[in-house]
Amino acid sequence: MTTPALASRDTVTMLRRNLLHMRRYPSLTVLTIGQPVVLLLLFVYVFGGTMGAGLPGGGGRAAYLAYITPAILMITVSSLAAGTAISVATDMTGGIIARLRTMAVSRAAVLGAHVLSSMIQTVAALAAVMVVALLLGMRSPADPTGWLTAAGLLVLVAFALTWLTVALGLASSSVEAASNTPMFLIFLPFLGSGFVPVESLPAGLRWFAEYQPFTPIMDTLRALLAGTPVGSDGRLAVGWCVVIAGASYVWARRLFDRNKPRIS
Amino acid sequence: MQSAISTVGLRKSYGDSTVLDGIDLEVAAGTVFALLGPNGAGKTTMVQILATLTPADGGTALVAGHDVATDPDAVRGVIGVTGQFSAVDELLTGAENLRLMADLHHLVAAEGRRRITGLVERFELGDIADRRAATYSGGERRRLDLAMTLIGHPRLIFLDEPTTGLDPRSRRTVWQIVRELVADGVTVFLTTQYLEEADQLADRVALLDGGRLIAEGTPAQLKSRVPGGYVLVRFADADGLSAAAATHPRAARDDDALTLSLPSDGTARSLRRVLDTLPDDEGVEDIALHSPDLDDVFLALTGHAAPIRTEKESLR
Repeated sequence: MTTPALASRDTVTMLRRNLLHMRRYPSLTVLTIGQPVVLLLLFVYVFGGTMGAGLPGGGGRAAYLAYITPAILMITVSSLAAGTAISVATDMTGGIIARLRTMAVSRAAVLGAHVLSSMIQTVAALAAVMVVALLLGMRSPADPTGWLTAAGLLVLVAFALTWLTVALGLASSSVEAASNTPMFLIFLPFLGSGFVPVESLPAGLRWFAEYQPFTPIMDTLRALLAGTPVGSDGRLAVGWCVVIAGASYVWARRLFDRNKPRIS
Repeated sequence: MQSAISTVGLRKSYGDSTVLDGIDLEVAAGTVFALLGPNGAGKTTMVQILATLTPADGGTALVAGHDVATDPDAVRGVIGVTGQFSAVDELLTGAENLRLMADLHHLVAAEGRRRITGLVERFELGDIADRRAATYSGGERRRLDLAMTLIGHPRLIFLDEPTTGLDPRSRRTVWQIVRELVADGVTVFLTTQYLEEADQLADRVALLDGGRLIAEGTPAQLKSRVPGGYVLVRFADADGLSAAAATHPRAARDDDALTLSLPSDGTARSLRRVLDTLPDDEGVEDIALHSPDLDDVFLALTGHAAPIRTEKESLR
């Protein structure tokens, strides 16, 4: 019934509305961007000296900054994605989505606009965090291709995690629940290769760290920014993103269509 | 006459509880149909099924000739829904909410602006259009909500308890809007727990109780199914009440309120006859004439009093 042209028009309409929300309610955006910046400062200036010395081949604060930058970027993406779950859940409980579901509005547009606006926010946040890292003295020998590839991978990660948190937001029974469930994403960089080499972890944790999706993604980003070969991590990283995005998309659509409306 | 809504054997349960247990109803185009029932009777579920928000477990429902189960998009194209709780975007201003609706109805910019201007004027939103909806009072939100529903010129409007929680003045405003809509040829499907509201607005009323329709007809038809009205006489003291009650042994007597209910069809002649039978004018504190209303219908048909808030008292 709805042609692709109308669907994209609805998406633009909803995107404009979501961006207006971000302008009206900037504290959520500030909070989600502030979180990774605080972690970056904490890890570089408090732990950086000691942790850097523990890296394979040794190193100092500067080496540790370069080591954790991918993890901080992943926390940025996760933190923004968590914000998406909150805004989706707010929409669902507020009744406005129930209204849209009684209108001939493209279903994909409502969710797609959330993903798009969240990704715009994420790209801006990643740029901001990267600038802070560079100001702290992070230096990368990567060529423009390496930077672009890293940026592309981050956008892909943001796409996948945003669809995941859209689904989590739809699955939540309340806005409070929606603000808590995606928190595990922020911890995943710690339980992987984000802040310490996985070889230093105890057996059980190490096994988890080696096989969880964030590890190949962070290793790929690290290699791209360091200008070293990516190896098989690149394929794994992209593969994980595609799987997470695809499964989350299907899950979100099903939740959105089937959801018991909360208009009363 | 063409049916705007037609359902046969509509069923819905949530888990073990049956919410709708075989609903058959017809709503003629261009009329107001009121679905009346207490909280939890299934009114909102009925609206959700007809508005394509939730699927029925059994039975069929045609809205404007389209099956809600197989062709929901066609249904969505002709309906407008205003729920019990306002579905406005709180972070946007009133004008932005209306603009959002105009855009989602794919109106060209000029037509969208024209309709928004018209609705802002009609619903007296001019002074508050540039304020965020979060700052609106209950009545203002409901007006904005209705205006948003009307942007797309729906031919059929569902109003799920449109006046619940509103003050009497805002309620009258909503009633006036409903009357104007019907004058324009729109069909209105209204749910309410206020008997007065159904009586005021509806061409036909159906009573929903425990997931079943227990009665259906015009307000007048329903009222004709119950015994006639009465005169309520209140006495100054218990002695006056006892003296009058002695001459009317069968009349309903309330010792706490000091009242006696005397049967009357509301005509002057019957009223005079009733008054003539009172032994002592001095002892009468006041007299109220009670014509049968939907409260009485509900009591007569269900065997229990309407567990419904009657707002008439506060509206007088």
